Amino acid sequence: MLSYLLRRLLTGAAVFLLISVGVFLLVRAAPGDPVLMMVDPEQLAAGGPAFLAAKRAELGLDQPLPVTYGIWLRDALGGDLGYSFVSRRPVAEVLGERMGPTVLLMGTALAIGLVLAVAAGTVAATRRNTAIDYATTVASLGTVSVPSFFLGIATIYLFSLKLGWTPSSGMSTPGGGGAADVSAHLVLPAAVLGLSIAGPFTRYVRAGLLAELGADYVRTAEAKGAGPARVLVRHALRNALVPLVTVVMISVPQLLAGAVALEQVFSWPGMGQLAVSSVGMLDYPVVIGFAMFVALLVLVCNLAADLLYAAADPRISLS
Amino acid sequence: MRPLLAVDDLAVEFPTDDGVVRAVDGVSLRVGRGEILGVVGESGSGKSVTAMSVLGLVRPPGRVTRGSVRFDGEELLTLPARRLRRIRGGRIAMIFQDPMTALNPVVPVGVQIAEAVRLHQPRLGRAAVRARVLELLASVGVADPARRYGRHPHEYSGGMLQRAMIAMAVANRPDLLIADEPTTALDVTVQAQVLGLLDTARRETGAAAVLITHDLGVVAELADRVAVMYAGRVVEHGDVHQVFTTPRHPYTRGLLAGRPAPATAPGDLTPIQGSPPDLLAPPPGCAFEPRCALGAGRTVCRTSRPERVAAAGGHVSACHLREEPV
Repeated sequence: MLSYLLRRLLTGAAVFLLISVGVFLLVRAAPGDPVLMMVDPEQLAAGGPAFLAAKRAELGLDQPLPVTYGIWLRDALGGDLGYSFVSRRPVAEVLGERMGPTVLLMGTALAIGLVLAVAAGTVAATRRNTAIDYATTVASLGTVSVPSFFLGIATIYLFSLKLGWTPSSGMSTPGGGGAADVSAHLVLPAAVLGLSIAGPFTRYVRAGLLAELGADYVRTAEAKGAGPARVLVRHALRNALVPLVTVVMISVPQLLAGAVALEQVFSWPGMGQLAVSSVGMLDYPVVIGFAMFVALLVLVCNLAADLLYAAADPRISLS
Repeated sequence: MRPLLAVDDLAVEFPTDDGVVRAVDGVSLRVGRGEILGVVGESGSGKSVTAMSVLGLVRPPGRVTRGSVRFDGEELLTLPARRLRRIRGGRIAMIFQDPMTALNPVVPVGVQIAEAVRLHQPRLGRAAVRARVLELLASVGVADPARRYGRHPHEYSGGMLQRAMIAMAVANRPDLLIADEPTTALDVTVQAQVLGLLDTARRETGAAAVLITHDLGVVAELADRVAVMYAGRVVEHGDVHQVFTTPRHPYTRGLLAGRPAPATAPGDLTPIQGSPPDLLAPPPGCAFEPRCALGAGRTVCRTSRPERVAAAGGHVSACHLREEPV
């Protein structure tokens, strides 16, 4: 178990390193010049090429790519991700303060998605081939097919503009910010994001539960005198949810991708919004920092998927 | 005296895409208190489905279409679900064929036995339930029960698991045990042990048993009476000694002739020719007629279903030619 973990961490580190090279190359290959985007045109006119070169040197952009990468890697290993070109603040700090809102959004969405999926999947499996089963199939297909940014705009139109039930953007009202205020802002984006993952999860729950309900041990439980609810929850569902653990963990990065899109739609002050604006500004350090965060998230989630699977199913042992 | 279990004219059907399969078609059985009834027949003869029907465990779309199952005078087929659940695992317990799949893979074995205890003795405290489970495990010969309690099914051997299943079945001192081929999935080396254990456990609780098997030797050794099933029907039913020494149905005779004796050389077995009928389109007459050497295509066998007729000692058989010498 320990050697397994060690092996996984080592390969993870190697993959992480490779990704960092790729990210670095891709980001620097992006068209445009960050210096031109940030300097004051009047200063540029007065200073000329010398001013530009000085600016470039100040940001370290005059160095060859391998050197910049080496410096970045050395600093990054020490926890220093550099400074944002735009805000001049440390990247780790900038990303850190945006992480909370994104985690809140993703966590709530995941909870909503899971509750919906387990409920709908269970109903569909136990009422197989009835109208309600078909309805969940159509609904889950629908949520997968409709892009979440579109659904986001549609819900803003309906619930914020037409009905006026919820605020349409941001995370809190200026001057507000209490739990109730944040919740009111959270409910729409989290529900839309949750719906987008509930569809596939529902299919997994339904299929898994159908297979388990036909298993021999379910009949044993019935033969013992267990009631339908007990047979369903304690026996069949408990087994059906084992593979879902993996599916959920592997979906977390996808969830982040969804959050990035929805943060734009709902002006949610999270990492996604920061990442998109940083790409627009060619703020290399922030973009690279964000990309590496995503890479780390994917690696951690994959490892967590395997560990949790082993924890949920006693037949699996890691070695 | 009223039998403990009386199955009468039971019929169970399974609709399929190709038509309706009548897996059980007019089965009648009797089991007295403390008595062991052996049910034999080949795969697909309806043994298991009959057993499942007793506790209402036939899964949709399969359904019981006819007949009655009375347990201690009470009709089980129409019993409300809540009351049937009190009987399941309480007064009637089942042991299934493959203990590897019959136990929940993610729940410790001890906890699964504890569940059986708790479902029927809800007032028992946590510690008392655990103590009872340990006692049960010890009684079926599971060594070191305290350590095995928390182990999962995959950490047990097949024989050990079936012992645990037996412990679970006798947990609430049932009046009737239904064992559906309890040793078929086990190693030959542990089959006898497990059967012996099953009989001991049964004896200790004074339970009657329905023992489903295709091993005639097991029936001869353990059962008091035997029912021979073929194509969803009971073709012969009676005292084990009587049925085995003077079989009155050609199918039973075929089964007995097909048994290997210690002196039999390989290749010297006498099989029953042909294969069981297609239950989607059973023969109009006797279901065994196409394979029957005795009938040899007689009109009565091909056109009319033989009725069950009881002879002396309650020895029942369903054959037009029961009086003919073999």
